[in-house]
Order: sequence, then C-alpha cells, then structure tokens
Amino acid sequence: MADAALFEFLHMEMVAELWAHHSDPGPGVSAGSRGKEARAATGQKMSLSVLEGMGFRVGQALGERLPQETLAFREELDVLKFLCKDLWVAVFQKQMDSLRTNHQGTYVLQDNSFPLLIRMASGPQYLEEAPKFLAFTCGLLRGTLSTLGIKSLVTASVASLPTCKFQVVIQKT
Amino acid sequence: MSRQANRGTESKKMSSELFTLTYGALVTQLCKDYENDEDVNKQLDKILLSYFLPRGYNIGVRLIEDFLARSNVGRCHDFRETADVIAKVAFKMYLGITPSITNWSPAGDEFSLILENNPLVDFVELPDNHSSLIYSNLLCGVLRGALEMVQMAVEAKFVQDTLKGDGVTEIRMRFIRRIEDNLPAGEE
Repeated sequence: MADAALFEFLHMEMVAELWAHHSDPGPGVSAGSRGKEARAATGQKMSLSVLEGMGFRVGQALGERLPQETLAFREELDVLKFLCKDLWVAVFQKQMDSLRTNHQGTYVLQDNSFPLLIRMASGPQYLEEAPKFLAFTCGLLRGTLSTLGIKSLVTASVASLPTCKFQVVIQKT
Repeated sequence: MSRQANRGTESKKMSSELFTLTYGALVTQLCKDYENDEDVNKQLDKILLSYFLPRGYNIGVRLIEDFLARSNVGRCHDFRETADVIAKVAFKMYLGITPSITNWSPAGDEFSLILENNPLVDFVELPDNHSSLIYSNLLCGVLRGALEMVQMAVEAKFVQDTLKGDGVTEIRMRFIRRIEDNLPAGEE
C-alpha cells in the first residue's frame, strides 16, 4: 500500500523531467503562440500532452478498480459528484471544494487548496508554471470518466495558487 | 453505514495504487519515447537505468524530510539501527511492507533487504527483452538520496528480483562513509 507522498514526489519529478526532456522554452513563451516562438511552444505543448496522456491511462486504470455498485450511476451529475468526492479523496485525501454546472454538459470543479500546487506557492506567483502541475490530473479525470463510459475534454485554470478549477466538457458522441 | 465502510476501503485501495500506476505509466511512456530510434533501442536498458537513478535520488532527497517529520525517529547511531529504521519504519510507512534484514557483512557495513515481491511492479508490464533493473533503480535512488541527507553515503542495488524470476527481491545496501560536512552534491 503506497503512501500518498510517494505519488506527489514522483509527480514533481515527472513534471521537472518531461520539461527538460522535450524542449527548452524561453521565459514568457506561452503554449499556442505563433511564429518564431512556435517551435518552442510546440515543445511545451508536447510535454503537457504527454503528461495528460499518462494521467489519462492512470485514470482509466483507477476507474477499472471501482467496485461494481459505484458504476450504477443514474445520472451524469452523479458521476461528477463521485469524481468530486470519492475519486478526489482517494487520490488527494480531500474532497473537491465546489462543483458547478450549466446542466448542459459543462462542469467546473474547484479545489481551493490543490495538493499538487500547495508545495509551490500562494497567490499569483508562478502562475505560468501552474499548468505543468495540472496536466496529469486533467488526464486523470478524463481517464476515469472514460472508464465510466463518458467521453470528455478536461482543462484546468489557475487564477491564484493553490486554487484551481477543472473544467469538464462532456462530449456527445 | 456498511456502504460507507466499503467506500472507505475502496478509496484506500485506489490511493495506494496511484503511485504504482503512475510509475508504470511513466516507464511505458519512456519506452515509447525511444521505440522508434534504432540506435537508442539497443541502449534502452542503460538509458532507463540512468533515468531512474537520479529521479529516485531527487525523490529521496525530499522524501527524507517528509519521513523525519512524520516518523519522529531520532538519529541513528550505527548502520544496524539505520537498517532497522529503513525496514520497519520507512518501508512500512511508504510502501506498507516490512522487508526482512539479512546477510550482514562481518564488518557490519553491508546488509540485504529481502522483499517478498518487488513493490513497484504490480501494474507494470515489462517490454520484451528489457531488464527489470529499470524499475529497481527508482527505489535504489530514493534510498541513496534520502540517506545522503542524513549524512550517510551508501550504495543500494538490486541483486535479486522477482520480475526476473528470482524467488525474492533483494536489495543490497552498502555503507560507504559518513558525510562529514554539508557540502552540496557535486562539490566533494
């Protein structure tokens, strides 16, 4: 039975390593910029998507380990509530702090003290670095949803560490 | 009430598997990164080995603070005490297992940790032809990094591995020397 700290430390290493491995973006380069910075931006995007992909696989595997009774959700909202309570407690030892929805397939999950950001800073400092620490978790959410039969797009945003919001948009097939 | 209890157990199980699942996904990703490069593929074992040792070391360097804060263990007076703490407190705390300590060298500077199975391999699929040492080195790196932070230079390596078909998993720990001054790594 592995302790939660091991995951946190490993995640930190993965973020640091994948960044160095894939690219050397200059300061102030944001994902999606064009022109001469596009090359570095591509490297940056690749790192985030690799992390997201790993999170997705892990989320899928976690979803597969759920007991049968939890899989009998009646509604989409029940699934999201499950993510906010059971999944979040299992992975981060706390519940999501709020869940909002437009009842049309978009959900915003807010964590006011996201454990993977807490070790970094408080406030607006390091905002540029924050996405690196969220990519894996976005994939995790997407992967667990996938196992529960729901296709989604998950993105995250940070206005002020360590609060972050995960936006889940359900994809209708 | 019982439904809640079930939920709790499942949460715990998921939480404990998160680390091993993530570790497995990382290894799979690394193998994928290199699978199209022919030259690199031949060197894959060495590359993966060289990947996990320093990563494990970095983790160990941070982990020791977490460990000392949570375990209330005092300073160890000799290598035997260190061995006990590693096996009975640290492994128990982080991996939920207690390896046995055996094969002490006559000088008391080497010992083996015997694990019934390799704790990191539950969800890892070994690609064909690749040595299982790649997984082991994360753990060895962690041990080395953590002990260095408490002024002990050690060598840790796997000498047997259930992944390779051995009956048990054995980590050999060797005490090199006490680190007298708090010099930053690389300046000795």
